[in-house]
Amino acid sequence: MKMVMGYIAGLLFGLGLAVSGMTDPARVIGFLDISGAWDPTLMFVLGGAVVTSFIGYRLVFKRAGPLFGERFQLPTKQDVDAKLLGGAALFGIGWGLSGYCPGPAIASVGGLTIPLAAMLIAMVVGWFTARTLTR
Amino acid sequence: MDWMVSLQGLVGGVLIGLSAVWLMGTMGRIAGISGIVGNLITQRPKGDSAWRVTFVLGLISGPLLIMALGGGLGNVANTTGAVIGEPAGGVSLMLLAGLLVGLGTGLGSGCTSGHGVCGISRLSTRSIVATVMFLITAIVTVYVVRHVIGGGA
Repeated sequence: MKMVMGYIAGLLFGLGLAVSGMTDPARVIGFLDISGAWDPTLMFVLGGAVVTSFIGYRLVFKRAGPLFGERFQLPTKQDVDAKLLGGAALFGIGWGLSGYCPGPAIASVGGLTIPLAAMLIAMVVGWFTARTLTR
Repeated sequence: MDWMVSLQGLVGGVLIGLSAVWLMGTMGRIAGISGIVGNLITQRPKGDSAWRVTFVLGLISGPLLIMALGGGLGNVANTTGAVIGEPAGGVSLMLLAGLLVGLGTGLGSGCTSGHGVCGISRLSTRSIVATVMFLITAIVTVYVVRHVIGGGA
């Protein structure tokens, strides 16, 4: 059952990225380019997503736990440390260079290009490197 | 029709929010792509991998479904009927970008979905700080690439 729930969640996410145009790096970079011909689309995407999950999470958290799991697994860390700040800073540079964050990069596999494949491979190398550095 | 582009952004955003609520309600998990996929690949958690694999399959099949419907619901800039846009650069740029995205989301424990959507919705201080940080460095990066190195355009 968890596999079905996971698939539905992924599908909703992928549909959302496709309908919103976040599978187009030009839209993302157009949003980040505040001194150019600014593209506000990403603001609507983030706004729609945050408001929906803000309300939805509050409804979900009224329950004792998830339907198919033991408990809600929420992050427990509270401190803002150098790892969080440095990691977020590096991620932003990569995001700005490519217009891809991990979701759209993976969701765009259906229209795979050689540069996208290179990005995905390098992303996996980056994940392993981060894990080695923090072990 | 600019308002249609924005409306599609809003609708897509609501779908992403519903995905996050669904994953929390059914599985008790944060819908953070870098966490779901990164942990799947680097750790292969026993008994906790299968749903991550089906999540990725769902993520990839979303745009494919929109394409199968004729692409009219796609929202690629300046290309009617397209669902998936072209990469912003060649292989070397994308290798660098991918490495930074992987390393950064690994060290910073999240990306646009985990921190930007789920974390902000939970009013997590860490996520709000991370989101402000990666937005700033992304905006500065685009400014430097387009207007300092690229000389406008």
